[in-house]
Amino acid sequence: MFSNFDFGVIIRALPYLFYEGMTFTLMLTGLAAFGGLVFGTAIALMRLSGYKVLGRIAGVYVDFMRSLPLVLVIFWFYFLVPYIGQWLTGASRPISVGAFASSLITFIMFEAAYFSEIMRAGIQSISRGQPAAASALGLTYAQTMRYVVLPQAFRNMLPVLITQTIVLFQDTSLVYVLSITDFLGAASKVAQRDGRLVEMYLFAAIVYFTISCIASFGVRRLQARIAIIR
Amino acid sequence: MIEISHVNKWYSPTFQVLTDCTTSVTKGEVVVVCGPSGSGKSTLIKCVNALEPFQSGDISVDGTKVNDPKTNLPKLRSRVGMVFQHFELFPHLKIIDNLCLAQEKVLGRAHDNSVTKGMQLLERVGLKEQAQKFPAQLSGGQQQRVAIARALAMDPIVMLFDEPTSALDPEMVSEVLDVMVDLAREGMTMMVVTHEMGFARKVANRVIFMDRGEIVEDAPKDDFFGKPRSDRAQKFLSKILSH
Ligand SMILES: Nc1ncnc2c1ncn2[C@@H]1O[C@H](COP(=O)(O)OP(=O)(O)O)[C@@H](O)[C@H]1O
Ligand SMILES: [Mg+2]
Repeated sequence: MFSNFDFGVIIRALPYLFYEGMTFTLMLTGLAAFGGLVFGTAIALMRLSGYKVLGRIAGVYVDFMRSLPLVLVIFWFYFLVPYIGQWLTGASRPISVGAFASSLITFIMFEAAYFSEIMRAGIQSISRGQPAAASALGLTYAQTMRYVVLPQAFRNMLPVLITQTIVLFQDTSLVYVLSITDFLGAASKVAQRDGRLVEMYLFAAIVYFTISCIASFGVRRLQARIAIIR
Repeated sequence: MIEISHVNKWYSPTFQVLTDCTTSVTKGEVVVVCGPSGSGKSTLIKCVNALEPFQSGDISVDGTKVNDPKTNLPKLRSRVGMVFQHFELFPHLKIIDNLCLAQEKVLGRAHDNSVTKGMQLLERVGLKEQAQKFPAQLSGGQQQRVAIARALAMDPIVMLFDEPTSALDPEMVSEVLDVMVDLAREGMTMMVVTHEMGFARKVANRVIFMDRGEIVEDAPKDDFFGKPRSDRAQKFLSKILSH
């Protein structure tokens, strides 16, 4: 199998793989992590708000998202969003949404369910005396969350949030179902075109593995540092 | 300054934590609240700035009714300083930023002004050199002095203390009490939950003794230490003064 292993294929494809494929993958990962964190924090605050209805809605949302395979959500969302858009805006034809926008929204919604549980644990890890002290100084509920509770919850949960983002980084490869040129998609296109499946998929695996490993190593060092500060 | 009248509070339908509590703190007065653990001292003092709600009775601070739904609670609380047993400094902020946060976000002070004010107060509690450190880098006594400075930065009209020295190692108690004694002598209105009877003797005008959610004794300091009228207060005093 390795007798006619061709490194040249990989090297010639590098610019395409990284400029197109990896740029897309990293952009999708970064934007989805950011959006998922913001939306997830909002869901966590709803669940902890003390308003039963709000909390119930948020809880159902989280459970729903966590019981569906991601690849199905990506797939369905891509085909459904144009019709939902049409229905919402009352347009006469389905609204066309690019594959990038569609997959980004999907990942944000999906990751929000996971990030919300992490942020909820982070918020609950803050002792009740902290918001009490903030209130006693005259800060409103929103200010207490914004300046006292959420920064601490975020800092305490940073290692877990990054670990979840590493999972997200790997999961973005599922956009292949939409024939998007992310890193794996780019590798797969070259593999098909040149008939070099072994080289390209092996190389893709090594790249995902290396990046995830370095990030995990970074998380462990970060954890050690946070442990010292606290 | 603080008027507490006929306050009742239940934590659950079967558990009444405060029973018909009535007392007051006038301007410039220092009132010490003592009593056995679990008697409701913390709960009572937290009702004063509405950190805890109560079901019946009235509390007003400087003429503003705390239990009126129309009262702007954040605004009221910004004028009532509070110091907690466990300091509750914000661990993610530097000492100086602990002092500036509420000055800027609540009072709308410019950053320069709040830093100047913060540094003055840190100097006053003897911690100017620690301004750029984080709370975890300070000793308990230092943290509690920062917490007092943080409350004073809001120019409060009254200060509430909930057992400010009971989480401290013994050798750090006096550095915190010294700051509080100075504050009392400058005329600050104070309501202090504490078992430090030395502090009470030195600066208190009145002493309140609570037991099982009731105010059992409310007397001028000399009367309280001279001849407490109730058995429960006498027993409590003999216990804490014997060692
Ligand atoms: N949030 C709460 N929910 C239910 N019970 C409480 C709560 N906080 C305090 N208690 C109970 O109320 C009683 C009075 O508490 P507290 O005011 O803290 O007393 P003290 O400060 O005098 O020790 C205690 O029995 C305590 O267990
Ligand atoms: Mg207490």
